[in-house]
Parts: sequence; structure tokens; C-alpha cells
Amino acid sequence: MNVLLDHLPEFRDGFIGTVLLTAASALLAMVLGLVMAGFRVSPVPPLRFFGTAWVTLFRNTPLTLLFLVAWFVVPAVFGTGMSPWTKALLALGFYTSAFVCEAVRSGVSTVPLGQAEAARSLGMTFFQTLRLIVLPQATRTVVPPLSSIFIALTKNSAIAGAFSVTELFGVQKLLSDKGFAIAPIFLWVALAYLVITFTISGLFRLLERRLEVAR
Amino acid sequence: MKLRKTAAVAIAVLALTATACGGESGTAGDKPKDPTGGKEAPKLPTYTVAKDVKIDSPALKKAQKAGKITFGAKNDQPYLGFEDTDGKRSGFDIEIAKMVAADLGFSADQITFKTVDSGVRETTISKGDIDLYVGTYTINDERKKQVGFAGPYFMAGADLLVRKDEKAITGADSLKGKKVCSIVGSTPLQEIKKPKYGAETVELSKYSECVQQLINNEVDAVTTDDAILKGYAAQRPTKLKVLGKPFTKEPYGIGMSKGDKALRDAVSDALEAHIKNGDYKKAYDATLGLSGSEFTEPPALERY
Amino acid sequence: MSSSVLYDAPGPKALVRNRIYSVVGSLLILALIGYAVLQLADRGHFAPEMWNIFNNAGVRANIRDGILSTLQVFVVAAVLSLVLGVGLAVARLSDHRAVSAVATGFIELFRAVPLLITIYAMWVLFLTYKENLGFIGESSAYWALVIGLTVYNACVQAEVLRAGVNAVPKGQVEAAYALGLRKSQVMTMLLIPQAVRSMMPTIISQLVVTLKDTSLGYIITYAELLYAARTMANNIIVNDDNPYVPVVIVVGAIYVAMCLALSSVATWIEKRGRRAKTGIVPAAAGEPLEAPGVLETAAGPVGPQAPGGPEGTEGPADKQN
Repeated sequence: MNVLLDHLPEFRDGFIGTVLLTAASALLAMVLGLVMAGFRVSPVPPLRFFGTAWVTLFRNTPLTLLFLVAWFVVPAVFGTGMSPWTKALLALGFYTSAFVCEAVRSGVSTVPLGQAEAARSLGMTFFQTLRLIVLPQATRTVVPPLSSIFIALTKNSAIAGAFSVTELFGVQKLLSDKGFAIAPIFLWVALAYLVITFTISGLFRLLERRLEVAR
Repeated sequence: MKLRKTAAVAIAVLALTATACGGESGTAGDKPKDPTGGKEAPKLPTYTVAKDVKIDSPALKKAQKAGKITFGAKNDQPYLGFEDTDGKRSGFDIEIAKMVAADLGFSADQITFKTVDSGVRETTISKGDIDLYVGTYTINDERKKQVGFAGPYFMAGADLLVRKDEKAITGADSLKGKKVCSIVGSTPLQEIKKPKYGAETVELSKYSECVQQLINNEVDAVTTDDAILKGYAAQRPTKLKVLGKPFTKEPYGIGMSKGDKALRDAVSDALEAHIKNGDYKKAYDATLGLSGSEFTEPPALERY
Repeated sequence: MSSSVLYDAPGPKALVRNRIYSVVGSLLILALIGYAVLQLADRGHFAPEMWNIFNNAGVRANIRDGILSTLQVFVVAAVLSLVLGVGLAVARLSDHRAVSAVATGFIELFRAVPLLITIYAMWVLFLTYKENLGFIGESSAYWALVIGLTVYNACVQAEVLRAGVNAVPKGQVEAAYALGLRKSQVMTMLLIPQAVRSMMPTIISQLVVTLKDTSLGYIITYAELLYAARTMANNIIVNDDNPYVPVVIVVGAIYVAMCLALSSVATWIEKRGRRAKTGIVPAAAGEPLEAPGVLETAAGPVGPQAPGGPEGTEGPADKQN
């Protein structure tokens, strides 16, 4: 009890840090993931190849390695001046985008073929078919996996704690290095993550219900 | 088909790495530069191993029974605590460990070194994962609440490592708005975080990663103890320099379990003996001295 | 490609247009890669001396040892997590309320907490009770990593299996009870084998996650591949610089190769499974279920019995390649 009350500011900063980082990288991952999914189903071979390479690369690399790339390789290529927070955002966003891309792509493939065929026969272009017919319908099937992807993202953001970003895991380390018993700190930090992850799954369940009505 | 290809490529890469034994021996990378300018390099001292050591310390008794003693150390600090690609450790802290171990009755090959990063020092020491810790470990009151210290055996001071062409930073008072890198849980970091410096801090888990950030222009300075910084500067003389204006005092101690007074006294005795018989200076000249720091008399031991 | 339904077979005009897109697209991608390479080369990251470090026996030994200890942790954690996963799944499906509640609580807790935190907490816990733990206390870092990975992945695998069990047609269970099989027999002879079979690709995808997550051992200074790589990158000096770029590229390639080898097993099994006529469609491979959610909706659209035929039209090989 005391650990929490005595270090409320630290816990609060850590909590806010985790929430902000998660939200920002979720946004980046969504955008990138959608673009990559578009690439992967497009009629242009090099783009398809690029999308595939992107997913293969980011899905099979440990996130920690991506953090190292963001810290030590990216500055060498694109110049300096990125804050630790931006680097964490890039690593998390790129990593998660591969999973988003795959979720969206399998969502697209669950839209009945007839729908796309009908759209095609109405004379819609590839982009129109995708934007007006397929993606809106794919949304429904994509929502549940997205929920789990973003929950994973929340937890993955803990890795940023070791890279100069203030978040919940950093709080655990800070306090246990100060000599407090590990068990209560662990429980409080775990509780904080539970709050975030349950909020996410709750929101997505709500979204799912909203979308179901439209079916 | 595609699947087969992927699998084949994957297996080929794995096989390549798995069979990649052999190769040139020796240390990877550049040969260490010889800062003595052609003079014969100072030799490391040798230590006589004490026999029948009887000290009423539970940790030591356990170590004696096992026939080995475990030291925690750093592995990325040139001339202090460094591990090359062959797994060989060298540096001033490593020598200190060897001389203390000798007086406790352990020869150099009975020492097991474990790499312990700054962030987890207190945890590993207080939980007994290592017997003693030598790794540029500053003695302070906050830490004394969790671990015991013998020493100090060396007096360092927080300084700044900057790029060779740096003009704007001349000392700790000119850090306003600059990005300063240090590592989680280090004392210079606590100091530089104070509002009077007005510096922006970046915290990583290893100093060498801070140094890399400095070379990449991602941060403007690295702060920690001058002894550590001089080692990095000596490694990359064309790129980095140390300002040479220490702004704190960092007395290094040997960390150990908190309540173990008998062991603490024994380690202090060992340090005192080796300082007196000249081993200390010899060890210094053959390690830290090579990075260009002048030898200074060690600070007086604090026993408590 | 199943996606071809999204656009017509290109006519002459579209062919020209696509070709232009292709050229422009490839040029853009190549330009990006070229720019990165040039920038890196400009800073001397492709100097031959930089790459020569991999000819060194010590460096090779370090990489080999790193791979070995990564695989060692992975194999033990994978086996333990599958065993514990089956146990947790059975417990959660149990008719006894208490057993089911405990299993559910365990699964929900450890699935929601970041693995990094679990590993760190395990490590401190093991160090604290080092004396009483025998062989575990001897190498606490190793066991903290193994147990942390086991607990987390077992929870995920349990949920995968539960989804698999739920996907077994109800009629089979009823038939089994009608034949006089006991609860435990139904579970061990009927449900678990079919669940394992139908969820095999997902199980293996999760194993890929397990493999990648061994790299989290850095937090407790366990010397697996990534930690060894970091140490080398930090300690080797070439041309007054550290070989971060070569080390990251080489180690990254090794990880990608290991994961691809593992997931190609998933794809292969999925293909084999498709041939068998069990009436249970194996889930599509390649979607590591990193977290809850997917499986909570086992009966929903992404479960193994997903509605919508296109699931089948999209070949598994497409997913990986």
C-alpha cells in the first residue's frame, strides 16, 4: 500500500507515459498497416513485393533489435535529433504495423468474393472497390484481432522503459532498485497494465457490437 | 515451391552461422593503440594467494566451500572493467578484484566474473547473486542502506565526454539546453538532473551506448566518472575528448552484502595491504594509467 | 493470387499503367534503400574492416554461443509452455467452478502483464529465495527467463487450445458421452488431440513469438544472442567507431532465418492438415496471437470455423511469401 501512496507521482507519470506511447504507436501502426495491406493486394508487383518484405522483416525480428536499430542505425541514415520518445514510437509503430497489415489482409480475404466481383462489374476501379466495398466490410472481421494486437502493443511498450522513455516498467525498476519489496510493486504495476488492457478490449468489444448492428 | 525456397534459405543461413567456427584468432577490431609512445608497457603485478583464511563471514564460507568466488563487474569500460571478444577480462577493477581475492584465499582462476549492469547492481548484491562487486561503484548513503562497501579504493569525479570539435560545452555549467547521456541508476545522472544545470537527460543501460549516441551526434555530452570517460576517449582519440573538469567526487568502493562486517573488514585489510606494498600503483600503471590519467594516491579507507 | 478478384485482368492500357507504376514504385524503393546504403557507407559502416570482425574466431564463438543459449531457452520454454498450456486449458474448461476460476484468473493476469515485467519479477523472486530453490537458484537468470516465457506463453497457448476445443463439433462430444466415455476420456482422447491438430499453425506461430521474446533476457543480463551482439557492438572498436550496423544486420538476419524456419514448419503443417478430411479446418497460419482477444471470439469470424469461403481460397503459402 505504502509503495503506491508514497510514489504516486512516479506511478502516475509512468501510467501516462505508457498510455501516450501506446496510443501514438497504435495510430502509426494503423496507418502503416493499412498502406502495407493495400500494397500487398495491389496489382503492382513491386509494391506487393515491398509489402511482403516489410511484413516478413518486421514480424520475424525481435522488438528489442528494432529498438537498437532505431537508436543506432536510423540516426546514421536519416540524421539526428530524434527524441528517445520518437525512436520508441518508430520501433513500436513499425513492428506493430506488420501485424496490423496481416490482420487487415485476412479481413479483406473474408469479404465474400461476390462482393468484389459485383463492384468490379459495376465498373469500380481497384481503389474504389477497396475503399467503398471491401474495406468497410472487412472492418468487422478485423476488429477482434486488432484488439489483441493493440493489447500486445501496450505490453511491448514496456521495452521502451529500458531506452530512456518514462513508462510503467521504468517505475518498477526504479522502485525495486531503491530497495522496495518486489511483490507489491509488481502487483501495482500489473494492475495498471490490467486497467489499460481491459480498457482496450472493452472499447473494442463496444466497437464490435456497434458494427454488428450494421450487418 | 515458395515455401520450400523460404525454408531452404532459412536453413542455409542457419547452417552458415552454425558452422562459422574457426576464423582468425586474437581480438577483433583495431589493435589497441600504444599511448606510452613506444616505451615498454608496464606489467601487471602478481599477487600471492593467502592460505587458510578464516573469516567469520557466511558469504565467504560458502565461497570457500564451493572453491570459487563470484565477482560482479562491468564488461564495457576500457581500462577499468572490459571484456574482449575472447571473453578475457582486463582493467583496473579486475585487478582490484584479483588482489582482494588473493588475500581472501582465491587464486585468479578461482574467480568467476559476472557482468552486472549498473541498473541491477543493488538487486544482485543484496540478493547474494554475487559475492563482491567491483564496477566503478560509487559509495553513497542511499546505497549504503542496501549494500555494504569496503573502500574507497579510488577517487573519481563526474566529468563530461564531448566530441573533439565541441566548443560550446566547457564545463558542467554550460550544459543548459544540451542533451546529456548517462545510464540508469548512476550517481552523475542524479547530479546532472538537478535543475541548476538545465540539461536534458537521456538514460540508457550502458555507457558504451551513450558514447555511440555521442558519436552519432544524438547527444551533446556523456557524463559519468572521469576514469570511465578517459578510457572511452583513449579508445577513440580522433573523435572524443574529456573536459577534465570534474564536478563531483565519486569514491569507488567494493560492494557486498550489507550486514557482513567481517567480510567488509577483510576486504578493507586486503586493499590496505596492497596499497602499501605497491601492487596498487603497479596495477594502476598497467591499466588505467594507459588511458592517460595521472596516478593519484588512493583516498583514505573508510571503515565502519 | 486470391486478391486478383479485386481488379480485372489488366487490358493493354492497364498493363502500360501498371508497368509505369511498377517502374516508379521499384525506383522509389530502390532509391530509399540506395539512400540508406549510401548514408551508411558514407559514415564508414560498410568499410571492409568493419565487416572483417566476423572473421574473428572470438566473434564467431560469441555468436554461436548466443544462438545456442537462445535456442536452449527457447526449447525448454517451448516444451514447458505447451505442457502448462494444455493443463491450463483443461483447467479452464473444467466443470468445477473453483478450478476454472483459478485458471481463468491466472491466464488473464499473466497475459495482461508485459513479459518483461514477469521475467524481471521472476528473477528478483528467484534471487530472493535462491537458497531454497536448489538447481534453479544456481542459475537464476536462466530459469527466470525460461519460467517467465513459459508462464506467459502457456497462457496464450491455453487460450489457443481452448478455442480449438470449442471448435470441435458438439455432436462428437455428445456421441462420445453416449458411448459411455468419461469426462477425462473425452478430454484426452477426443478434444485435446483435435484441438491441437486444428490449432497447430497458430500454436507454432506463437512459438515464433516465444523464440523472438527470448531476446528480452537482456533485462536480467542473460547472455542470449541479442545480448551477446550488443556486448560485441559496444566493445569492438574499428576505425574509431563501433560496428553497430554490421552486427545489427547480421544478428537480424539470424533471427529472421530462425523465425522463418519455424514458421515454414507451420505452413507445412497447415498444408498437410488441409489434406486430411477431419471436418475441422486448421486455422490460417502466420498470425501469432500475441494477446487475448482473437481467441475470445473463437466462435466469431476469425476462429477456426470462420465463415466465408475465401479463407480457403487464400493459400497458406501466400501468407508467408
